[in-house]
Amino acid sequence: MADAALYASADRLFARKRLISFGLPALVLVYLVYVFFAFDIPGLAERARMDNARALVSDAYSYKTHVTQDNRSGALTVAIEGERKGTYAPGTEPDWVTPDAAGTRVDLGEGHVVVFDPAGGFTYDVPGFGPIVAHMDGRTVTSNLPEALPDWISASRTRLQVQTEAGRVSLTRNKTELFRYFPGWELFFFTLDSPYHGHGLGEILLGDRLDASRSNIAGAWHDFWQNNMWRHADVAWALFETILMAFLGTFGAAIVALPLAFLSAKNFAPLVALRFGVRRVFDFLRGVDGLIWTIVLSRAFGPGPLTGSLAILLTDTGTFGKLFSEALENVDGKQIEGVSSTGARPLQSYRFGVIPQITPVLISQLFYYLESNTRSATIIGAITGGGIGLLLTQAMITQKDWEEVSYYIVLVVLMVMAMDSLSGWLRRKLISGS
Amino acid sequence: MTHADPTFDTRAHYMALMARKRLYGGLVLAVFVALMASGFMLADERNAGGFWRGLPHVFDFPADVIADTAPKLDQLPGHLVTYFPALVETVNIAAVSTLIGAVLAMALSLLSTRGLARWPRLIPLFRRSMDIMRAVPEIVIALVLIFILGGGPVPAMIAIAFHTAGALGKLFSEVNENADLKPVEGLQSVGATWFQRMWLGVVPQVSPNYFSYALLRFEINIRASAILGFVGAGGIGYELKNAMSWGQGKFDEAAAIFILLFATIVVFDQLSSHIRNAMIAKKGSH
Repeated sequence: MADAALYASADRLFARKRLISFGLPALVLVYLVYVFFAFDIPGLAERARMDNARALVSDAYSYKTHVTQDNRSGALTVAIEGERKGTYAPGTEPDWVTPDAAGTRVDLGEGHVVVFDPAGGFTYDVPGFGPIVAHMDGRTVTSNLPEALPDWISASRTRLQVQTEAGRVSLTRNKTELFRYFPGWELFFFTLDSPYHGHGLGEILLGDRLDASRSNIAGAWHDFWQNNMWRHADVAWALFETILMAFLGTFGAAIVALPLAFLSAKNFAPLVALRFGVRRVFDFLRGVDGLIWTIVLSRAFGPGPLTGSLAILLTDTGTFGKLFSEALENVDGKQIEGVSSTGARPLQSYRFGVIPQITPVLISQLFYYLESNTRSATIIGAITGGGIGLLLTQAMITQKDWEEVSYYIVLVVLMVMAMDSLSGWLRRKLISGS
Repeated sequence: MTHADPTFDTRAHYMALMARKRLYGGLVLAVFVALMASGFMLADERNAGGFWRGLPHVFDFPADVIADTAPKLDQLPGHLVTYFPALVETVNIAAVSTLIGAVLAMALSLLSTRGLARWPRLIPLFRRSMDIMRAVPEIVIALVLIFILGGGPVPAMIAIAFHTAGALGKLFSEVNENADLKPVEGLQSVGATWFQRMWLGVVPQVSPNYFSYALLRFEINIRASAILGFVGAGGIGYELKNAMSWGQGKFDEAAAIFILLFATIVVFDQLSSHIRNAMIAKKGSH
C-alpha cells in the first residue's frame, strides 16, 4: 500500500516535471510567434534599406575623393569626400590626377583611365569593355553606348553614370564628376593644409623641420589636435563630459542617498511614518526613470552636461536609497553596542559602529553604478545634448559621415571598457587595500 | 619584532598610525570634495542654462503638464487606452530582447567558463566578446539599425538583446563557476555530448539563479526600451516624443504617457522583486 502511494507521488512529480519541461518552452514559442507578427518581421525585408547598409559599411572603412569639373567654366576641383575642408589647392593634386586645359586625365588604377572633355563629357577606357565616350549636347547626353546597357551603367536623357570597381563617373549638364575610393579614414591625422600631411611618424619625430616656425612635435600635435575634419580636441572633451556626467551623477546621488537611507532603515528610523514617506520618495525617484527626469530637467536647465548629471543623480538617489537602506538593515548591532559602551555619542557610534560595516557594500555598489552610468550618460547625452552621445547623433543625422560614427562607436566602447576596469580596480583597492 | 622591545611605546605608535590614517582619509575626502565641486561648476558652465537660473523653473514643466491635463481630465482615460498598445510594444521589446539575450548569454557563459567550455582555448575570445557586447550602449546599435531597417521595434529589440547577452553572460558565468561538476562527469562517463552535458548536468543547477538575474535585467530593459523609443525605435517612448513636440497646451497626452510609463515600471519592479523574494524563500525552506 505504501509502495502504491510512493509510486503515485513519483508519477505526479514526473507528470509535473514533464509539463514544465514541455509546457514552458511551448509557451515561450507561442509568445515568440506572437511577437514575430506583432513586430511585423515578415515585412522587415521590404522595409530594410540594404543600400543604406552598403553605404554605411563601405563608408566606415573607406573614403572617396571627388574630382569634379564644372562644365560651364571648365574649373576643376579635387576634394576628399567633396568637402571644402578636404579640397586640394590647385597645383597640389594627387599624382593620379593630371590637370590639363585640353582634358584632365584621371588614372583610376588597374588600367581604368578617364579623360575629361573640357566642354563637358568624358572618355572612359574600361578594360575588357572598351572606351565609353560621352559628352553633353546642349541638355542631353550623347554617347557611343549601345541601347542595351550593362547593369553598371545607368543612363537617362540628361544624366549618365558609370560605376565600376575602380570608381564612379557621372555626367550631367552642370558637371562631370568622378569618385575614386580608397581604404581607410581620410585625413585622420592631418588635413591637407597642414605641412605634416603625407609625412610618416618617423619623419616627423626625427626628420628636419617641416615648418620653419615651430618644432615638429609641437606643430604636429597642434595640427592633429586642431584637425578641423575630425575635431580630436572636441571629441576628447565630449568623452570627458560624458564621464563627468556619470561621475557627478553617481557620487552626487550617493551623497544625497546616504543620510536619507538612515531615515528609511527599520533599525535606525525612529518614526514609522517618516520611514514610509522616505521609502515612497525613493520608489518615486526610481519609478519616474531617467528618461522622464531628463525631459523635465532639460526644460528647466537647457541642454548640457549639468542636466544629464542631475538626471542621473535623481534616478540613482532612488536606487541607492533602496540599496543603502537594505545594507543598513543588515548591519550587526553588536558593533554599535560596543562603540556606545565606550561612551560614544550617537553620531560617533554611527561613524565608528555603522559606517565601517556598510562601506564595502557601498563602495562596490557605487563603482558598479559608475560604470553602468557611463553608458547611461552616453544615452542621456544623445537626448539632452551633451557629451559623446550628442556627437554620435549629430554624425548620424548627416547620414554620410559614417567613418565618424564608427570612430565614435569605437571610442565609446573603449571608454566604457576603461571605466569598467578602472572602477573594478578602485573597488578592489578600496575594499581590500590599506 | 618590535613588540618584544620594552622601550617600544605601543600607544604612541598607535596614535601615529591613527593620525596618518586620518590624514590620508582627510586628503582623499578633500580631493573628492574638490572634484565634485569643480565638476559641478564645470558642468554648470557648459550647460545652456545655469543651475541657479534653472532651479526655480524645475517645476514649470510638471506644472504645465498638470495645468494642461486638469481641464481635460475626462479625456485622460481615453488617452490611456490610446497609448496602451504602444506600452505593450515597449514591454514586448523588453521581454523578447531579455529572452534572446538570456539564451545567447547562456551559450556564451557556458563557452567561457573554465571546466565547462566546449573549446577551452577559445575562452578568452568568448570573454572578450562578452566584454565588448556589454560595453556597447544600446543607443549606438539602435541608431545604426534604425538607419538600415527603418524605425520600429526591431532595431530596439536587437540592440537591447545584444547588450543583454553581454551583461547577463558575465553574471551567468559567475554562477556557472559555482556549479557542481559531478553531474557533468557522470554524464560524460555515459557518453553524453557537450550539449547534453550542459543541458542536463549544468542548466538544472543554475537555472534559478539565471532566472533571477534575467528578471532583474527585464526590469532594466523596460526602461531601456522606453528610452530607445524616444530616439526613433517604436513603443511608448516614440509616442512620448511626438506628444512632447506638440508643445504647450497639449501636454495632456504626454501626461497620460507619463502615467503609463511610471505605472509600468513600478508594477514590473514590484512583481519581479516579489518573484525573486519568493524564490529565495523557497530555496531557504529546502
